[in-house]
Amino acid sequence: MRILSPFIAVLALIAVALVAAQVPGGQALVGIILPYLAFALFLGGFAYRVLYWAKSPVPFRIPTTCGQANSLPWIKQNKIDCPSSKLGVIARMFLEVFLFRSLFRNTKAEMHEGPKLVYGSSKFLWLFAILFHYCFLVIILRHMRLFMDPVPGFVAALEFGDGFLQIGAPVFYQTDAIFLGAIAFLFLRRVMLSNIRYISLPGDYFPLFLIFGIAFTGILMRYVFRADVVAIKQLTHGLATFSPAIAAGQIGSIFFIHVFLVCALLIYIPFSKLMHMAGVFMSPTRNMVNNSRMVRHINPWNDPNIKPHSYAGYEDEFREFMKEGGIPVEKE
Amino acid sequence: MYGKGRIIPALILFLGVMTSPMWYKSGDISKLPKPEKPKDYTECVAPTAYMRTSHMVLLNQWRDDILREDGPRTGKTANGTEYVRSLQNGCMKCHSDKKKFCDTCHNYTSVKPYCWDCHLQPKEAM
Repeated sequence: MRILSPFIAVLALIAVALVAAQVPGGQALVGIILPYLAFALFLGGFAYRVLYWAKSPVPFRIPTTCGQANSLPWIKQNKIDCPSSKLGVIARMFLEVFLFRSLFRNTKAEMHEGPKLVYGSSKFLWLFAILFHYCFLVIILRHMRLFMDPVPGFVAALEFGDGFLQIGAPVFYQTDAIFLGAIAFLFLRRVMLSNIRYISLPGDYFPLFLIFGIAFTGILMRYVFRADVVAIKQLTHGLATFSPAIAAGQIGSIFFIHVFLVCALLIYIPFSKLMHMAGVFMSPTRNMVNNSRMVRHINPWNDPNIKPHSYAGYEDEFREFMKEGGIPVEKE
Repeated sequence: MYGKGRIIPALILFLGVMTSPMWYKSGDISKLPKPEKPKDYTECVAPTAYMRTSHMVLLNQWRDDILREDGPRTGKTANGTEYVRSLQNGCMKCHSDKKKFCDTCHNYTSVKPYCWDCHLQPKEAM
């Protein structure tokens, strides 16, 4: 059920888009009004979530320490995994954001006969996750050809590199195939591994189905049904310049399904785990300097009127009562 | 709010990048590509709607059919006019100006077909 309900939800979205593309006025609704609404909700929701997170105080240093901390001069510090300087944190964050370093350390635990628990390296999640994310980035950047005019040079360079194999016409993009393969892996991993399936929720499956739907409709539109790209760019470039117009009857339903699913994703992002795109930068366990032993961190909401109260002071205050009660005191 | 000094600029940067197509120096939006149609001919090898979306598939089919399957080098339009199934000798016979026909839409949508890696570009377009 945790798999079926998000699957039905995505099918329902497709059905709604299919109907909307046929009814009069529906194309303007899906092609013009919904994209603006979705984009505004995406930006607004994104900023809201980030500012909401920023309200949480992080008074103490809580970085995960994956290596030797800064200590005595003859003990070698692991400067990236337990950084004690800003530079170390920048290096750690760079490797985390661009290379998914903590995922690279992913391990698997297996039970063998004996019984014997065995831990081993497991790099497949890292490999397919990084393929998925970079393909997604390339695909989004490639789409900029539809929103910008003249098309910037880096978009043309990406298209050339992506279509480097020169298979067929319209030319086949490698990222399309790698992207689908990576989503398939991420989905099968959740379904096949019983321990991962046990902790998977509808919120884990829904984005996978939705992104798969977006990729699949995009691929169908490019290679199978083929859309009139000039008519589409007239609409999408119009959206970017606030003068959208739909060329009547020139754009197929598949385009509206694709756009509808993209809008659903944009609206979904701020309310879901997909916010990890901002969350990774705001993780205190990643972005803090581990200098607890070098700098005194004072809790920002401490009441300055409450002074420190040592045991010696406490004894001075209550010595007589303690003696009466038979409690031993240090100073007579 | 904590970490203002870093979070606010980063958020503004993110919003700026996300909305970049909106403030990008966009060309005239009303300036849609207008490929020049041939004056002497009125009928293409397939209906306009099909040609607009799928001409590249047709070219690929011709290539595979002629060079790999030994297919016929000529075909007939719906009205019975014979044409040569060839980019240079067929398409370019009517649509003779690459710059004014092919390139208008291809440049607009940033499509760079590799036709001219092998085929000779027509002289006036070079």
